[in-house]
Amino acid sequence: MLNYSILIEHWDMYMQGFTNTLKSSFLALISSLALGTIIAVFRIAPVRPLNWLGTAYVEFIRNIPLILIVFVFFVGLPTIGIRLDSFTAGTLGLTVYTAAFIAEVIRAGILAVPKGQMEAGRSSGLTYLQTMRYIILPQAIKMVIPPLGNQFINLVKNSSVLGVIAGLDLMYFGDLISSETFVTFDVYIFVAMFYLILTVPLSLGVGFLERRLARSR
Amino acid sequence: MIHFRQVNKHYGNFHVLKDINLSIHQGEVVVIIGPSGSGKSTLVRCINRLETITSGELIVDSVKVNDKNTDINNLRRNIGMVFQHFNLYPHKTVLQNITLAPMKVLGVSEKEAKETAMYYLEKVGIPDKANAYPAELSGGQQQRVAIARGLAMKPKIMLFDEPTSALDPETIGEVLDVMKKLAKEGMTMVVVTHEMGFAREVADRIVFMDQGRILEEAPPEQFFANPREERARLFLSRILNH
Repeated sequence: MLNYSILIEHWDMYMQGFTNTLKSSFLALISSLALGTIIAVFRIAPVRPLNWLGTAYVEFIRNIPLILIVFVFFVGLPTIGIRLDSFTAGTLGLTVYTAAFIAEVIRAGILAVPKGQMEAGRSSGLTYLQTMRYIILPQAIKMVIPPLGNQFINLVKNSSVLGVIAGLDLMYFGDLISSETFVTFDVYIFVAMFYLILTVPLSLGVGFLERRLARSR
Repeated sequence: MIHFRQVNKHYGNFHVLKDINLSIHQGEVVVIIGPSGSGKSTLVRCINRLETITSGELIVDSVKVNDKNTDINNLRRNIGMVFQHFNLYPHKTVLQNITLAPMKVLGVSEKEAKETAMYYLEKVGIPDKANAYPAELSGGQQQRVAIARGLAMKPKIMLFDEPTSALDPETIGEVLDVMKKLAKEGMTMVVVTHEMGFAREVADRIVFMDQGRILEEAPPEQFFANPREERARLFLSRILNH
């Protein structure tokens, strides 16, 4: 039987961690979606240097461990005089890392939109970016909602990397409570439950969105 | 209005357009026919630079299409295009399909764009479909929406790239009727089609192409009654007598 008194006595800490994990995940989700979309368009736009830039970003970032990227923001930037608090550094690292994966997902979506859509848009006088924004991306993102959902769920779980740099997230407070109480199993089970509170609705939400958009098409 | 001078186009080693010389005047309806792979679609797609030319000169509406300083978006807003596969935006309603470019390119208000859209939907005979999605329409209806979408930009030229080839026979007529109406109103039209009845009735001039070359240019009466080129004769006999 789980020791619920731990949960009750340390409720404030759990809640603070939960709130920060939620905040960090939410911010990273929005910004990595935006950044990932931009990088996907870079990789596809008919401008060579942008293609190279986009490819370099994806290949570089997705092939190193998340924790190293977070360290770059947390201990690397201060060496050039930019000091970030651990929450910001962690969230930035998470954004930069996830964006590489999201870029690949969205790129696949863009490539799945028939070529005639771009031609129709361009031949009506819309610019490349307008056509992307109003015609291609809405269709592309619709198609990649399931893999996008996977990335978002991974993102929430990956946000636990903040714990390593004292980012005041769920994992960090879990460690803290555990070292205060000398209890490990129960403390981390509660931590896991809080993660589930975030990820299960996210997962269901993605499924719902997928079904709704499938109908509208 | 449209002038090709010694235009050539290559796709790698493939010579798609060979020494094209062609002038199309304002208000003229030019129908391009020929066997598949003869370069008809490529020729039309060069006019709004969906394809770039390799050499020669192409002037549309007094603008050099392939000049570096040409604002291609500015040129394209004056050229409507209708595709074989309609290319309607599936995530937008009929009305949104038509109003997008006028609003984003010409900067007209939503209200005005909607009024214009409804005017052209009336014209192509399907105002009742304004709020439908493309997937809910028949092929012929979709193509008529595509025509209305092109017209809503009030273009000087309309390009049609095999507009009826993807339609089932029953709905071809309704699309051709709209195009005939447009031709009568004096629109400058360049049409790639296999519809010989349409070509004969509506065209001011027939352009016959084969293997990347323009082989013959003639008024329809003359072309269909007495084609000059052996290749054109063969082509006509194959498609007319079966």
